[in-house]
Amino acid sequence: MNFIVFSGPPSSGKTSVILKTIAALKHQGISVGVVKFDCLHTDDDLLYEKEGVPVRKGLSGALCPDHFFASNIEEVVQWGNQKGLDLLITESAGLCNRCSPYLAEVKGVCVIDNLSGINTPKKIGPMLKSADYVVITKGDIVSQAEREVFASRVTAVNPKAVVMHVNGLSGQGAFELSTLLYDKNQDIRTLEGMKLRFPMPAALCSYCLGETRIGKQYQLGNVRKIKWEEEQP
Amino acid sequence: MKNKTIAELLALYPFLNEFFLQNRLDISGAMKYTLEEYIAQISQEEAEEKAINKETLYEEMTDYIAQVQAFLGIEEEERVRSLTILPGQTKSGEPERFGELTVAASQIVSIVGPTGSGKSRLLADIEWAAQGDTPTKRRILINGAVPDIKWRFSSNNRLVAQLSQNMNFIMDLSVKEFLEMHAQSRMIENADEVIKRIMEVANDLAGERFFPDTPVTGLSGGQSRALMIADTAILSASPIVLIDEIENAGIDRGKALDLLVSEDKIVLMATHDPLLALMADHRIVIQNGGIHEVLETSAQEKELLERLRKTDAAVQNIRQSLRKGKVLSSSDFS
Repeated sequence: MNFIVFSGPPSSGKTSVILKTIAALKHQGISVGVVKFDCLHTDDDLLYEKEGVPVRKGLSGALCPDHFFASNIEEVVQWGNQKGLDLLITESAGLCNRCSPYLAEVKGVCVIDNLSGINTPKKIGPMLKSADYVVITKGDIVSQAEREVFASRVTAVNPKAVVMHVNGLSGQGAFELSTLLYDKNQDIRTLEGMKLRFPMPAALCSYCLGETRIGKQYQLGNVRKIKWEEEQP
Repeated sequence: MKNKTIAELLALYPFLNEFFLQNRLDISGAMKYTLEEYIAQISQEEAEEKAINKETLYEEMTDYIAQVQAFLGIEEEERVRSLTILPGQTKSGEPERFGELTVAASQIVSIVGPTGSGKSRLLADIEWAAQGDTPTKRRILINGAVPDIKWRFSSNNRLVAQLSQNMNFIMDLSVKEFLEMHAQSRMIENADEVIKRIMEVANDLAGERFFPDTPVTGLSGGQSRALMIADTAILSASPIVLIDEIENAGIDRGKALDLLVSEDKIVLMATHDPLLALMADHRIVIQNGGIHEVLETSAQEKELLERLRKTDAAVQNIRQSLRKGKVLSSSDFS
């Protein structure tokens, strides 16, 4: 089975891009399933179901979605193999922009959109920087100049990646993307022993464990403070 | 390269500034360090904080330099002089009914056909430089030969620039800042000159004057379109421009096309406006996902175009008068 990790900021168009790509893959006789990761709620599984795509969802709830992803990903791959899929895609929203969901031996795709503004490439960490493919969406509603500036900034952050423009509505570019993603020689049975490309955002403080009170005496563990040196007496 | 100082590197590759900036690397005060020393002095804590991988930083930088140099090199050496479309098949698998279509730089092709007939697919084929490997099985040649694979994968070398009615400026910048930023991403040397020219040309297209300090988001529909067209003609690296329905853009459409053509662009234009469609050298008729026919604009059609132009000019004049607050009469349309 092929396995691909899709990631990207919320509302960047991941689901639309994946659906259009799946449509192109289906034409080539490739069976695709999706596992959708989200934080509190998602209806995207219904969109996949509507298109007849086998789908499961995982909600991280109060946990960091990235950590939740890493702890569940092996079972996800097992599910895909049981289903006899040719290709399994996971889709996860990068909520804090510091997410880093890619695995060293698995293709990683980052979806970002032109509307998010030209400073976005700089703001996103390993999710953009360590992706193999960067898909830029919503190019049909911004000016040519903004598309060019945006793409050039993506290249500055991740010079290695293949940068594609895909229109999630018309599907323009999705066929091309599909030809890059599927590799008939890849067969992933387990992720056991594989490594993340980059460490995930760190967390372990009292607030991670359910603390709700504000104040110094309640701050334990991995706590960091803003530096205020100029204004302090 | 590792032994060169940051100052030396910046002198050699001025565009590296962008790389440092976009990767959140502070080089102020680091000019005298060699690259190796600079990377070494980034503490593990700082690297974690900024999500930088020290081990791969050098490699990423060399990749970036190679990409930008390739981009700058292409500009000088390999101008796109012609685009050739070789026939493939329609949605139902029938062969397309044309021999081959070659469009030279500074020529215009109009594309007609109902919505959903396959205009997007044709454009995608061109952008992807298809080689029989897309659903239409079309093949695309550049300068009469199979194009370099770089047109597919390099983000800086896109074959096709697009202009459409639905596009907006989303940045909160003045016109001048906006153009400066685009010029900077293109790494051109004579930015001031180029920006001045774009301003002149855009104002000429728009009819209503705007200024360098006007915010781009405050431009009228016509002004926005005029600026986009002038900017794409003069500053975009893409040799092919696709225009999607600019019928109601509130600009001088004839001048807009003349401008693109004078900049040696190959212009593809999806339109059902007869004035625009007949200005084209070739007209592609799309049906059922395929190119149904390629028409040359006939002498009769050119004659019709002249009459349409006169009508259009009259309407434009009336529009101007209206804008100036004049009272109109039926003799204004002559």
